[in-house]
Amino acid sequence: MSLYKYSFWEVLKHCFSAEVWERVLPAIGETMYMVAISSVFVLIFGILLGLVLVLTSKEGLMPCKPVNTVLGAVINCFRSLPQVIIIIVMLPVARALVGKSYGSNACIISLVASCVPLFARLVESSLLELDKGKIEAAKAMGSGNLRILFTIMVPETLPSLIRAFTNAVVIVISMTALAGSFGAGGIGYIAVTYGYTRYQHDLLFATILVLIVIVQAVQIVGDTISKLILKKRHLI
Amino acid sequence: MQEKFIEVKQLYKTFWNKKQAVGVLKGIDLEVEKGEIFGIVGFSGAGKSTLVRCINRLEEPDSGTVRIGDSLISSLGKNELNEQRRKIGMIFQQFNLFDSMTVAQNIAYPLKLTKTPKEETEARVDEMLELVGLREKKNAYPGELSGGQKQRVGIARALANRPDVLLSDEATSALDPQTTLSVLDLLKEINKKLGLTIILITHELEVIKYACHRMAVMESGKLLEQGTVKDIFESPKCETARNFISVYDRFRSDHWQEETE
Repeated sequence: MSLYKYSFWEVLKHCFSAEVWERVLPAIGETMYMVAISSVFVLIFGILLGLVLVLTSKEGLMPCKPVNTVLGAVINCFRSLPQVIIIIVMLPVARALVGKSYGSNACIISLVASCVPLFARLVESSLLELDKGKIEAAKAMGSGNLRILFTIMVPETLPSLIRAFTNAVVIVISMTALAGSFGAGGIGYIAVTYGYTRYQHDLLFATILVLIVIVQAVQIVGDTISKLILKKRHLI
Repeated sequence: MQEKFIEVKQLYKTFWNKKQAVGVLKGIDLEVEKGEIFGIVGFSGAGKSTLVRCINRLEEPDSGTVRIGDSLISSLGKNELNEQRRKIGMIFQQFNLFDSMTVAQNIAYPLKLTKTPKEETEARVDEMLELVGLREKKNAYPGELSGGQKQRVGIARALANRPDVLLSDEATSALDPQTTLSVLDLLKEINKKLGLTIILITHELEVIKYACHRMAVMESGKLLEQGTVKDIFESPKCETARNFISVYDRFRSDHWQEETE
């Protein structure tokens, strides 16, 4: 159903029809798959890189300028590329790693490449907000660096880290939609092939609804968990 | 004369601010006896905080030595330093409690570092809570406590490993006068009960007068005068000490503000 032939309300009504959802539902599955797998990788590598950034910084627990500078520069390089370009650049890498340059798994590679650096920076800024006095108190008690990292820095900043991860997941979702136009499948693919190329605006509307609902849900879950922790600690 | 328990010799520390050297410690010599409460007073920026942080090497001195008991703190390797630090308690102006842990977990944290068995840890936590009078707050989070209660938890945490020394870095400066008194009473009590040596940094002379046996006056990175609190109050030798005492006296003078018309 195109907006060129039908009125806005007719198209909007039709976007809830079974015919539309027959196409959209499997796409949601694909999108969820890509978002879930990518998010796990983003979480693991983002936290790791973020921790290394903070540890090796000048004021950090194990200052190491070469590591910090090189890592920071690499992260900035990835951060300065728009997501479309990262997807294109990662195509050959994906072919080398998963055997083909299209499909969900290939898309995950570029999602990770784009969102890990972003999340690493978010982790870094969360950890840097931690009151230095707490780290000093742990040091004064004779705690080693790694122990300070995992028993003080991460737990103390957990609510802020959860918020950062929520943001990262939202960006992963939006990028998944973008990757859809590069043969990744999922919601983005539906939006581009039907909504853009074939003027099937009912399908386009459906994808918009789905994306809004998913992002909303992710945001609410993240905010709630973060708030519950703060409440438990009586910090709000 | 009692034994010199803590000995600081010719301690120097310089900070670099945009390639400009800011001397913070300029040859500090300090001796503290076992079991005394030693106060160091100075105006803001005198370097007293840096001095106390050099004692457990939160700050690395440029040169000079620090000795506590038999161990030469200033020449320890990283692991030995961490082991020594477990025998030096420290409390802070901003308390620095861990918000992610309950009061009991905060106090148990240093015990984990010494790999204390679980039953012993629990017993020690209860003992410490009893000592600082916060038994009913065992499972509370620091976020629920008042400033004075937080500092008591800080003290309990600092004492959990039964240290020989307690460093107090402006520990009462963020507290109201009444709470300050109760925290000082607690410090005096544990000093007597446990024979703990305490080094207490403050900019409030009344804190020193109330709690300390001996004191030192610090200004611009130098210790100007050391002696018993009584001696320095009765016959201050340096200008800074006289200054401090005159401020102290003025606050206690009988001068009343005239009523406005």
